[in-house]
Amino acid sequence: MRLFDYELSGNCYKVRLLLHMLGRTHERHAIDFHPGREHKAAWFLERHNPLGQLPVLEDDGVSIRDAQAILVYLASRYDAGGRWYPDDALVRAQIQAWLAAADELTRTAGAARLHEVLPHGVLNYPCDLAACRTGARAVLRLLDDHLAERHSLGLRWLASSAAPTIADIACFPYAALAPEGGIRLDEFPALRAWIADVRALPGFIGMGGIMAPVVSAAA
Amino acid sequence: MTLATSDPNVLHDWITVGPASRLLGTSPARPYVTRLLGAQACVWQEAATPAATLDGAPVSALLRYGYIWIWPAGTPAPLFDFPEYDEPGRRIVDCDGFGVAVSGPRMVENFLDMGHFPFVHADYLGTVPHTEVKPYTVSVDEANDEIRVTECRFVQPKSSSISTEPLEVHYRYRIMQPLSIMLYKSAFGRPDALDAIALFVQPVDEERIFAYTVMALFDDDSSHTSLVAFQHTIFGQDKPVLENQVPKRLPLRPGSETPTRCDVASVAYRRWLKARGMRYGVIAD
Repeated sequence: MRLFDYELSGNCYKVRLLLHMLGRTHERHAIDFHPGREHKAAWFLERHNPLGQLPVLEDDGVSIRDAQAILVYLASRYDAGGRWYPDDALVRAQIQAWLAAADELTRTAGAARLHEVLPHGVLNYPCDLAACRTGARAVLRLLDDHLAERHSLGLRWLASSAAPTIADIACFPYAALAPEGGIRLDEFPALRAWIADVRALPGFIGMGGIMAPVVSAAA
Repeated sequence: MTLATSDPNVLHDWITVGPASRLLGTSPARPYVTRLLGAQACVWQEAATPAATLDGAPVSALLRYGYIWIWPAGTPAPLFDFPEYDEPGRRIVDCDGFGVAVSGPRMVENFLDMGHFPFVHADYLGTVPHTEVKPYTVSVDEANDEIRVTECRFVQPKSSSISTEPLEVHYRYRIMQPLSIMLYKSAFGRPDALDAIALFVQPVDEERIFAYTVMALFDDDSSHTSLVAFQHTIFGQDKPVLENQVPKRLPLRPGSETPTRCDVASVAYRRWLKARGMRYGVIAD
């Protein structure tokens, strides 16, 4: 199994996080996203993803694109306990709705972060920063309200499941990284509590910008 | 032209506005546009040299070390030396840069600090409980008005992209300008030689920067992508720490932040900035 990966991408990170929690070893193929724009290189477009987006997972010779699709694939194929993507009609419908919210977070909070993180002259498309931030706050508000309601019932995760699901993994990175796009999380207390819950999960790993709670993973 | 600052430290010195590659395909009508010192900088390629304006007024520009440099006001002097850039046998790797919501001096100070390695760069540049920063030497090179930090040593689990085992890494630093610093560290494959890593800071304004790194390495084997990815990983770990520093500007008054023994280099940097009358991106008193 091979992951076409960029360290500072939240969408790549969510795949690395699930792989780590599932204990699946894999080869990381680093893509020179910045400054090389290798995700737009002809070989990558032709062989792995015509959309020119990361991540891509290659398994058994097949390339799977789209971070959310990869989470569904990994949980369906490699989670023997069925915990991350439970075989339950209602829970799967809820997960699907949160996977869509995760995509919306990428388009808003993720875009605001890219705008703020990449130097001038790198982004070659227009980005309406204010609109991205407004859109991101709307998704974060949805998450925060939902989580506050769940917390009031003594529950912690996004879907109606006792354990976390790929819905939590999918929404986590760009929510946690939102401050890098100039979006403060102060007004989303239930969301912040949930971020702390995800970071405390067994097998959690961080990325540049999201620290693991344990200082040394090797300890 | 009226810039938001009158600090000669940033007006009468070469300041970078990004990699030379930004000038590809530029012209007077289609310049590379960025921001420097709160002003709009436009740069374009003109014959062999770059031309630039700052808020519409022409300024001197230079291409060197793979980067664009602007002299914001007055008559230019020579740029600092980075001899490793042209040294045979070294491999130049441009990592480009990232935006950070912090002042330039806070960024330089972070680059200079070994104390945070085991905590912020756990399992890469340090590891708990091996947190001690052994004593090192700081001096000011009066002739060049540069700070030299020497005889630094630190045990690092993964000091570079090709490291496979912990190594006691030797470090040296050189601060050439308030916003430019070099780091020299043991090359993993050649413990007798030092890799050189330069940090150039573009101050967008007093509390926002782009931080660029250029490496001059003894490494013929690693892929370009893995070398850049390693630097980006380290940088990504620093970024949230930098952005959560309060205040964003660097306080220069002694005692305003409490240093420990390992902060000798930082204390020297702050003192050096104060002696130069630095005002941009700092709290001077």
